[in-house]
Amino acid sequence: MDPLSFITDPLAYGFMQRGLVASVIVGVVCAVMGTFVVLKGLAFIGDAVSHATFPGLVIAYIVGAPLYIGGAIAAVATALAIGLVSRRGRLRFDTSVGVLFAGTFAFGVLLFSTIKNYVADLLGYLLGNVLGISPGDLIQLAILGAIVLAIVLAIRKELLFATFDPLGAAASGLPVAFLEYLLLALLGVTIVVSIQAVGIIMVVAMLVTPSATAQLLVVRFGRMMLIAVLIASVSAVTGLYLSFYLNLASGASIVLIETIFFGLALLLGPRTGLLSRAPRSIPQGA
Amino acid sequence: MTSAPTAPATRVLEPAATTAVAVEAVTAGYDHRPALTDVSLSVDQGSLLAVIGPNGAGKSTLLKLIAGILKPWTGRLTVLGGPPGSSAGRIAYLPQAEAVDWDFPVTVAEVVMMGRYGKLGFLREPGRHDREVVEAALEKVGMQGATERQIGALSGGQRRRVFLARAIAAEPDLYLLDEPVTGVDATTQEDLMDVLEGEARSGKTVIATTHDLICAAQRFHQAAFINGHLVAQGPANLVLDQQLLAETYGGHVLVLPGDGGRVVIDDAHHHDQAPSGERHFHDESR
Repeated sequence: MDPLSFITDPLAYGFMQRGLVASVIVGVVCAVMGTFVVLKGLAFIGDAVSHATFPGLVIAYIVGAPLYIGGAIAAVATALAIGLVSRRGRLRFDTSVGVLFAGTFAFGVLLFSTIKNYVADLLGYLLGNVLGISPGDLIQLAILGAIVLAIVLAIRKELLFATFDPLGAAASGLPVAFLEYLLLALLGVTIVVSIQAVGIIMVVAMLVTPSATAQLLVVRFGRMMLIAVLIASVSAVTGLYLSFYLNLASGASIVLIETIFFGLALLLGPRTGLLSRAPRSIPQGA
Repeated sequence: MTSAPTAPATRVLEPAATTAVAVEAVTAGYDHRPALTDVSLSVDQGSLLAVIGPNGAGKSTLLKLIAGILKPWTGRLTVLGGPPGSSAGRIAYLPQAEAVDWDFPVTVAEVVMMGRYGKLGFLREPGRHDREVVEAALEKVGMQGATERQIGALSGGQRRRVFLARAIAAEPDLYLLDEPVTGVDATTQEDLMDVLEGEARSGKTVIATTHDLICAAQRFHQAAFINGHLVAQGPANLVLDQQLLAETYGGHVLVLPGDGGRVVIDDAHHHDQAPSGERHFHDESR
């Protein structure tokens, strides 16, 4: 088999075309949002929000509504509730999120156990299956992804200022609280868009890993976002081909490729790389 | 016979001072715990006010109230002729060095450009004028030529210079500076104070918290002594009044005899270069 057909053969299948488009969109949107997630330290919130979509999906299934809608309502509501807790809670923030996280997911599992017949759709959302995405789902995903990207790129300088220095941004007149809630709502939408591809459990990796990798490599905000997008896209395509040829789970393949990139950056990165730091860690004057 | 003017010439030349900031009987705090109780003070336009007090005295709280970031529980503030928060784009805030994430992927030029965001407004990208203002601000603080460096790669003094440049780039009428000269060397302190003096001369108002009493006495016009409440407000040389200091710092002050008096506070901020070999750390909560 020549190398070109190695790449083009799988494209003969509609599911593979849709899967590639979907996973690249998900990768790009997650990488852009992920830049803020990493810099604001929202990884745990992302994980909590993605788990909180589960009861939304189950309720939507039970009442016969579109699953996306149920998941989106649950995700955005949880994200905003977390924002509220963070502003006026008395408990440690990660404690509150932990309570919310486990509680909502348990509620979803409880509802799920009341459904008598086997529900492949819902299980698919737990681990994700981007190769099973329907043309209709792909259009929804593309529209929601484009909306998130358009909003984030339009207000990126305000989000940057508010993330870097919330007090300075507020004093200069930026609506910092509103921006924070908006970012959380967008995070909720991003997660809903992504769970069909990589599943509830692995979404957090899509959000965090490419941006974390990029932060190891560059020192400028714009470049960090760009490199995160590149890593996410390459991982999405590579992971999907791997999944096609070796018959592996698609979401897990994408996430593992991203993790390998992270490992390489950690080892070889110019600033924080373990290898490049080694000579400098020799104590001076000892 | 011509009548000679009776009033001294200086009286005639002196313009009537306008009040930039008026704080009237303000009480405020966090989570039902008051940080400031019944504080009243006023700051003339074009003056340099040093806010003096131990850690946890409410100095940063006062700045946040004036910036409009924190709402008072009772009392009233007038800032640049209106309620706080109404003068967006006319206030620049400089956060404490320890409140900044120095690993954040931004360069010197990007940080200073953030000063322009308040004036730019949403959906507008910085243009040539903004870049010129940023360049001029960096030159004013002696940091031209470092524009492409990541902020974490700078020394403590350089970091303060860059943040002051950001404040200058905002072209504000009111500077709110949280410990602008803490943890910097003598040269940097002189340079930064020269810049602030210049701003005050051109009609800008500067309010800065500081732990450096000598700097406050020598380089500021006015001082406000705060310890949960207003102890006193008056000319800056009051800073060397031992009784006032004892009242503000609760007895942890020692004024050494000698020309001008050397002041030692054993409740010094941990970034301070304490003049004595021995330092005591007290509760630093808030």
